[in-house]
Amino acid sequence: MTAISQPSTTLPQFSNWLLWALGGLLILLMMLSASSGAVAIPLSELPRLIFSPRFEIGTEQQLWQSVLLDMRLPRVLFGALAGAVLALTGAAMQALFRNPLAEPGLLGITSGASLGAVAAILLGGGSLMVLAPAAFTGSLIATALAYHLGKHYQGIAGLLLAGIAINAICFSLIGLMTYMADDNQLRSLTFWSMGSLAGGTWSLLSVLSPALLVISALILRHWRAMNALLLGEREAQHLGFPMKAIRRKLVLLTALLIGPLVAATGGIGFVGLVVPHLIRMVLGADHRRLLPASMLAGAIALVAADCVARLVAQPAELPIGIVTSLIGGPFFIWLLISRK
Amino acid sequence: MKKWLIASVLLTLLNPALAAAPKKIVTLGGALTEIVYALDAEARLVAVDQSSVYPPAANKLPKVGYYRSFSVEGVLSQKPDLILASDQAGPPEALARLQRTGVPVIVLPSAPNLAALEKRIAGIASALQEEEKGKSIITKLKRDVVQVPASNTRALLLISRSGSPEGAGNETSADAILKLAGLNNVLAKQHGYKPLSMESIAALQPDVIVLSSMSMQNLGGMEKVLAMPGLAQTPAAKNKKIVVMDDLLLLGFGPRLPEALQQLKQVSK
Repeated sequence: MTAISQPSTTLPQFSNWLLWALGGLLILLMMLSASSGAVAIPLSELPRLIFSPRFEIGTEQQLWQSVLLDMRLPRVLFGALAGAVLALTGAAMQALFRNPLAEPGLLGITSGASLGAVAAILLGGGSLMVLAPAAFTGSLIATALAYHLGKHYQGIAGLLLAGIAINAICFSLIGLMTYMADDNQLRSLTFWSMGSLAGGTWSLLSVLSPALLVISALILRHWRAMNALLLGEREAQHLGFPMKAIRRKLVLLTALLIGPLVAATGGIGFVGLVVPHLIRMVLGADHRRLLPASMLAGAIALVAADCVARLVAQPAELPIGIVTSLIGGPFFIWLLISRK
Repeated sequence: MKKWLIASVLLTLLNPALAAAPKKIVTLGGALTEIVYALDAEARLVAVDQSSVYPPAANKLPKVGYYRSFSVEGVLSQKPDLILASDQAGPPEALARLQRTGVPVIVLPSAPNLAALEKRIAGIASALQEEEKGKSIITKLKRDVVQVPASNTRALLLISRSGSPEGAGNETSADAILKLAGLNNVLAKQHGYKPLSMESIAALQPDVIVLSSMSMQNLGGMEKVLAMPGLAQTPAAKNKKIVVMDDLLLLGFGPRLPEALQQLKQVSK
C-alpha cells in the first residue's frame, strides 16, 4: 500500500528512459518470438520473409513464410495487444478501487464474458464469430448489473460487493452449463478456459485492434483523475474531478476492452494483476507514466509467456493461461512477502 | 474462372504428394493412428497426437498436442506430406490454416459406428495407397462384428478423469459400444457423461461395470473400486463382473473393435 499512497518521487528522466527501454525490449522480444517456435525460423531471414512476395526459392522458405505471415506474426501482435490491454485495465482498476489487488475480474467483467462464451460454445458450436459477440454481451450485462447494484451502497465498496455477487452467480451458471455440456463441448470449454493466443489471426486483429487501441487511449486520458484518486475518493472530488462520472466511464471502458479480448483468448490470469504492481514498485504511482509503462510491460509479459507456451512442449503447445498463472502466481507471492 | 481451373489442374499434377504415396504422415486422432498401424504403414508416421496411445510404439513418436487443440506449427514442424485428421480435430481455424499451407489434409468421420469405422479405414487406405490391405481389414471387420441381440444384462460404463466417477449416457461412444455388445446401458436416458454418486451406482444395480484402464487408475485401482461403498453393493461387484479395458480399445472405435466387443460379450454371459 505504501507505493500507492505516495505519489511518485522518481525523476522524470528515469521514467522516460524506462519507457524507451521497455519499448525496445518489446520490439526485440517480438522479433525473437516471431522467429522461434516449433518451426524454427532463422532471425536473419525475417525481413526477407516479410517483405518479399512468395518467392521462388526452396520449399523450406515457403513453409517459413507461411508460418511467419499466416500464423506467427498475427499471434505475436495479438499477444502484445492483449498483454497491453490486460495490464492497462488492471492498472485502471487498481487506481479506481485504490487497491493494488484489484483487476477487471473483480467487477464480474471477466466472469460475465466467460459466461457468454460458455453459452456460445454450448448453443452455437463455439466458432469465434458466435463466441466473441456472446462474450462481449456477457461482460457488458455483468458489468452493468454490478454497477447498478453497487449504487445502492456508499462509494466504491458497493461496486466491489456487487461484483462479488455477480461473479458468484456467473460462475454458478458456468458450472450449470458445464454440467449440461456433452463430452465434446466440455473439452472445448476446458481448453478455452485455459487461454490461448492461437486464435490470433489477421482477421481478428483487423476487427479488434482499432477498437481496443481507441478505448485504451480513452482510458489513458484519465490519468489525472487516477492520480487524484491516490489521495482518496472525496479528495479527488474536491479537486474537481466528477468521480461518479469518471467511475462510470472507467468501468464501461474496461468492460468494452476485456469482453472482446477474453472472448478471443479465453482465461489469461495474473497479467493484469502482477504487471501494474511491478511497474508501480519501480516507477511509483504517477499514472502518467504508470499506465503506458504497464501497457508495454504487459505486452512484454504476454509475448514472452506465449513464447514459453509454444516452446516448452513442442511440437505441442501449452495453453497460455497455464503459463501466466504458473509464473505469475509464485512471483506474486514473492512480491507480497518481499514488501513489508 | 478458366484460368483458375487450368491452374488448379496443373497444381494437382505437379503436386508430388498426390503422385507418390505419402511418406511423412501426421495423425490427429488415436483411432486413425491405430488404422495406420493396422495397415502396416507405421514407418511412414512422423508424429501423432496425444490421444494416440496404442500401440505402445506410437507413444515414442513426437506428439503435436491433443487432437482437439493441436498446434498448427507443431504439425508443420514435422514437415508432413499428409495429415490424417478426425472430424473432431480442431479448432476449425487450425485445420483451415493447415490446409492453407498446401499440405494435403484428409478429414475422416469419427462417429462411433461400424459404417464410419469402415469409412475411416477405407479413407486412410486409399490415401496411403494401400487399398488392398484396407479392403481385407474391412472384410474381416464385417465378419467379426456381428450385431448381438440386446440382452437383459444391465451395464454401467464409468469414466474418471479426476478421481470421481462419471457415468456414460447416450450419444457417447461408450453407449455405442455397449449397444454393439448387446449390453443394456443403465444410463441410456442420460445425455453424455455426468458425475455419478456412489449411492446412485448402488441404486442402478448394474450387472456389469465397465471401466477404461485410465479411469481405473484415476480411481485408485481394482481393490479400491471394489471397496467403494455403494459400488460394492451392486451385482457387478458381488459377481466380480468388472471389465477394465484400454481407453482406446474401449472408446476409440478403431480396428480393434471386434476385440473390444469380444471382451465385453464374454463378461455379459
